[in-house]
Amino acid sequence: MFLRDAVTLSLQAVFSHRLRSFLTALGIAVGIAAVVLLTSLGEGIHRYVLSEFTQFGTNLIGITPGRATTTGFSGGVISNVRPLTIADAMALERLPRVIATVPVVQGNAAVKYGSRSRRTFVFGVGPAVPVVWRMEVSQGRFLPADDPRVARPFVVLGSKVKDELFGSENPLGRAIRIGGEQFRVLGVMTSKGQLLGFDLDDAVFIPAGRALALFNRDSLMQIDLLFAEGSNSEEVARRVRQLLIERHGDEDVTIVTQDQMLEVLGSVLNILTLAVGALGGISLLVGGVGILTIMTIAVHERTGEIGLLRALGADRRQILALFIGEAVVLASLGGIAGLAIGTGGAWLLGVLVPALPTYTPWRYVVAAELLAATIGLLAGVLPARHAARLDPVEALRAE
Amino acid sequence: MIHLEVIERVFQVGDEWVHALRQVSLHVARGEYLSIMGPSGSGKSTLLNIIGLLDRPDKGSYRLEDRDITDLSDRQQAALRRHKIGFIFQFFHLIPRLTAAENVELPLTLAGIVPAERKQRVAVALERLGLADRARHRPDQLSGGQRQRVAIARATIMRPALVLADEPTGNLDRASGQDVIDTIEALNGEGITVVMVTHDPELGRRTRRQVQMMDGRIVQDTGAAHDTR
Ligand SMILES: Nc1ncnc2c1ncn2[C@@H]1O[C@H](COP(=O)(O)OP(=O)(O)O)[C@@H](O)[C@H]1O
Ligand SMILES: [Mg+2]
Repeated sequence: MFLRDAVTLSLQAVFSHRLRSFLTALGIAVGIAAVVLLTSLGEGIHRYVLSEFTQFGTNLIGITPGRATTTGFSGGVISNVRPLTIADAMALERLPRVIATVPVVQGNAAVKYGSRSRRTFVFGVGPAVPVVWRMEVSQGRFLPADDPRVARPFVVLGSKVKDELFGSENPLGRAIRIGGEQFRVLGVMTSKGQLLGFDLDDAVFIPAGRALALFNRDSLMQIDLLFAEGSNSEEVARRVRQLLIERHGDEDVTIVTQDQMLEVLGSVLNILTLAVGALGGISLLVGGVGILTIMTIAVHERTGEIGLLRALGADRRQILALFIGEAVVLASLGGIAGLAIGTGGAWLLGVLVPALPTYTPWRYVVAAELLAATIGLLAGVLPARHAARLDPVEALRAE
Repeated sequence: MIHLEVIERVFQVGDEWVHALRQVSLHVARGEYLSIMGPSGSGKSTLLNIIGLLDRPDKGSYRLEDRDITDLSDRQQAALRRHKIGFIFQFFHLIPRLTAAENVELPLTLAGIVPAERKQRVAVALERLGLADRARHRPDQLSGGQRQRVAIARATIMRPALVLADEPTGNLDRASGQDVIDTIEALNGEGITVVMVTHDPELGRRTRRQVQMMDGRIVQDTGAAHDTR
């Protein structure tokens, strides 16, 4: 028998019970729609988060004091580690293939201009922030390349801080007070928006050495290192580790490359997508049970027909194939409807709620349709096996 | 063509054993036209099912066209049914959702014959049985006689050597029954061997050879003398 004929026979059987087939296929359609919609959401969030993280560039290495046991975003500080210093950052900058480093100290302080005051993030950094963090200055310029240990008290404002303190007034050259000390405004950053809930516009940037004094610390919180395009991140990380061991006498820092971070992040997000997809899978399971039920009923109703087909020369395998085929056709029809609903729903969601990122990759669509067909196959096996094992004489007598 | 030797068939019903066939031997030559008669429950259908390879005997041997088919596999049996045997049933057994033409086409489809040839053969078969204008009708739009003629077209579309009919007129009025018998006799006229179960004595008398059954045994066979082929 040709596959085409088997499909035609299955379709004829499916369409002979329109309402019943519609309802059964609907069960699968809902399941597939749920899977597609939820994985679209998961994948959308995945892409969104990754793009947020890579906006700083991908050739980054983060160095934090203290050794973390596993790869993480920041290691817990162990008490007997040597402080990570501005001198370390300067030494790292001289390594081959390293373009620039940014020493980072971060804290919170009140910023005052005249009678206006605001609590905001204070970043103690170096002059390389615009290249390493890919941030731009909209007005004036960024911190100058002073000797970091005796840097002059300059400040660059985040766009929001500028608006709050100065409104439409030109802030350049003005003096503001940060935590009681006076700084001169040198520039204003271009707005960068939120990064995972962290507002970079509501921040001020001062020299790292000044920030250490301001927050009364002796160690940097982090050093961010930018290396040249096309370098091997593992190799650069190895050199960084070697140099810091030489300088500190022990390995007392955690080095995380952007690659590693994205890898960890990616696998976490993949699990998220998988989990929401599995949630939709539960409704698919229910749809599968529907097909199992309806096929069991169909085999029972069509016992006489099975006897007839056997008399006409169908062997057991053909009966098996016909009934499994019918279940697969039913499930695939439901699957196609579900894909339409799911991708349409994901698109609509993206239009109605732009904040919710959705993305439907083609391979998910194909995989979902294959999944529907597979569920039909599995649900069809049991009833079809029952049909194939019927004794032809008994089956013929049933009518 | 058909050689049955001391066939036994026993069914278990509850904890009783029903001997549907006892020591049945029957030999049918190619081209014969034979009726099997007897009261209800005497084993006629069981015998026909064994001849048609739908059922297997518990004892005895069966040769069809010089081929021992006592222990053929399911697939081999199915292939023989497909190519050598056509069935006609009392209740027609047409598939209700398919048109007359699609019902007739079914054996060709199962046998994997290409669509173009199928359409052509179906058209010829329906034409011959005077059903050309009914090709697109579904069974519930046909009369009993027309339904049985569709079933006959289906039984003969594979050009079988043997046609088995189990009370083909049992569900028809006199006139359509006569029609159907004429059709079956025309098939026999073309050389197809026909074995027909009936309990209508008048129909039985029309066949060249009559076999009488009673309680699972053959009690009379008018043609037993010339069954050597
Ligand atoms: N599948 C079966 N299971 C149990 N008993 C059966 C079965 N088929 C036939 N019989 C019994 O075998 C006997 C012969 O049946 P059958 O061949 O159908 O008779 P007929 O066709 O002459 O009316 C009957 O007693 C019937 O009840
Ligand atoms: Mg009978």
